[in-house]
Amino acid sequence: MVQFSARRDVVAGFEIETRTAGEGPNLLYLHGAGGAGSFFAGGDVAPFLAKLAASHSVLVPEHPGFGPNDGPDWLDNIHDVAYFYLDYLAALGLDGVHLVASSLGGWIALELAVRDTSRLKTLTLCGTAGLKVKGVPMGDTFLWNREEFAENFMMNRQARAKFLAAEPTPEQEVIGLRNRQTTALLAWKPRFHNPHLTKWLHRIDVPTHILWAEDDRVFPMPYGEALAGHIEGSTLSVLPGTGHLMQTDDPQAFCDAVTKFIGDNAS
Amino acid sequence: MKFTCFHLMPYAAMDMTERDKYPTAWMKFPNSNYNREDGRALYERYIGELVRAEELGFDGVGVNEHHQTTYGMMPSPIVIASILARETKNCRIAILGSAIPLRDHPLTLAEEHAMIDTISGGRLISGFVRGIGAEYHVFGSNPANSHERFHEAHDLIVQAWTRDGPFAFEGKHYHFQYVNPWPRPYQQPHPPIWIPSQGSKETIEWAAHPDRKYTYLHTFSPLPATKRFIELYRETAAGYGYTAEDDKLGWAVPIYVAETDEIARAEAKEHIEVFRNKFLKLPMEMLLPPGYLSLASMQRVMGAKAHLEAEAKIEILIDAGMFLCGSPETVRQQLSEYRKEIGFGQLLTLLQFGTLPADLTARNMDLFAAEVMAPLRAEIATADAAQ
Repeated sequence: MVQFSARRDVVAGFEIETRTAGEGPNLLYLHGAGGAGSFFAGGDVAPFLAKLAASHSVLVPEHPGFGPNDGPDWLDNIHDVAYFYLDYLAALGLDGVHLVASSLGGWIALELAVRDTSRLKTLTLCGTAGLKVKGVPMGDTFLWNREEFAENFMMNRQARAKFLAAEPTPEQEVIGLRNRQTTALLAWKPRFHNPHLTKWLHRIDVPTHILWAEDDRVFPMPYGEALAGHIEGSTLSVLPGTGHLMQTDDPQAFCDAVTKFIGDNAS
Repeated sequence: MKFTCFHLMPYAAMDMTERDKYPTAWMKFPNSNYNREDGRALYERYIGELVRAEELGFDGVGVNEHHQTTYGMMPSPIVIASILARETKNCRIAILGSAIPLRDHPLTLAEEHAMIDTISGGRLISGFVRGIGAEYHVFGSNPANSHERFHEAHDLIVQAWTRDGPFAFEGKHYHFQYVNPWPRPYQQPHPPIWIPSQGSKETIEWAAHPDRKYTYLHTFSPLPATKRFIELYRETAAGYGYTAEDDKLGWAVPIYVAETDEIARAEAKEHIEVFRNKFLKLPMEMLLPPGYLSLASMQRVMGAKAHLEAEAKIEILIDAGMFLCGSPETVRQQLSEYRKEIGFGQLLTLLQFGTLPADLTARNMDLFAAEVMAPLRAEIATADAAQ
């Protein structure tokens, strides 16, 4: 049973909490709009993180404005978060990092990588935000209630049922409200994308793996295909039978895909 | 006490069978259900009702702004207020209000309000609102910036009215190198500003601030909440070191008056229930997008989620004090009592609601004006003279 421990670092005047476990190459995981807390709810570690920590030194920071604490005053947009994580990598002295990022976290990773990839070894983007494909609507996640969220984010019935059965505690309710509020701040307008980002994706010069769910109802498959088209040499993999939360829907297949790509590009 | 006849101008021709295929009449209810002839007839009728309100002796008439909904057909209250500026002669014209932070160019509102104020000879009341949650979905404006943009848009508009231009406005969300609008408001320094709200501590602290002392208008809420928030305004004013005048405190409420309590309830039932359950109803995700309320306010509201989403019958609305309904005597007594207890000096009456048809609306307005408003005015005048 893998145990994660928490560390706190002050970066850009903000005290950020990072949960860490495992030994091996550095793997930085940037979470999506749901925050990092749900991966550690009730002391249980999400299976996909436990599996990744078996072979890597995994770091899971909670983005500024997410989790139990208010965000910093300087937090206004996605660019602030990208620059923050560049400072974070430097402050923690992380090099040769395998950056694995999901959804909103994937957008942060893209913004970070077009600025500076010098501390990255590989980049894995899972069902990532950041682009808009004309004529292909994104799911309007801000309109979905709890039931619709489960229905649209997960294709694994057991995962869905488990999510719906776990009524949030009052503390989790507040964290959920804060996470949604910060997500809106970063991603309401333009909705989950930066219209200028595609101009600069050619700057990403590390091995890049684009991992997409077969039935992603938030960012449908054309978003993954478009991203692959913008990043030269990138690999697009599709996880069968999964929804947007593919790491929850099929943790084994997710981790196999992530670690294989990292292993293939480790040297 | 001042009486304002407020109108929402609902699309009363809404097909309820079609409506019931959707969770709400806002935003996602297809406008293929709109009939242009019904729309035209309703505007004609509703504008007539407001014009008649002046003849009946109301101190003012009021309109507001909502988008992409059958709840109100006034995406631009500016249009209706402009017509009223010419169709009425003496009464106040209240825009309650313009949704200022939804605009990327709030200067146009400063200009339009100044035009209406000038054309009406200084009869405009300028209400500022943030717009309800659904409008952030519709406009795409970021609800997480709503408070900041509201305050900045307000500063910009008031400065545009009061400072000699040209000057530059440099905000976080709004930047204009040249602020120099013509015309300037007819009323000096500017039209009275009213702040309609369903109750928030932050809004009251801002509105009651000595730099502003804006009229606070509490809208469509249970009576205890109305009382609590109006008291909060008084306490806040006292905390700032001044006494809030009654005319800075208002209550907006739907009212229906008929010959007897029984007749009033029987006639109003269908129309007030569709108002609440068909026109107004919104899923929480549309009503309160993330960031629209502070985290603390959001937690409070989530506690009342079940109540907000439930269907309401006329008895519940009456018992909660969200709807005044009865004989002239019943409604007059209630208002007299609530006024003494709560101390509001502005009453906004919604005398047409939901599908209430023209004939019942006309009689409601007649009876209210003659047998509720007039005796209340006499009662207040007598009480004032005795003091």
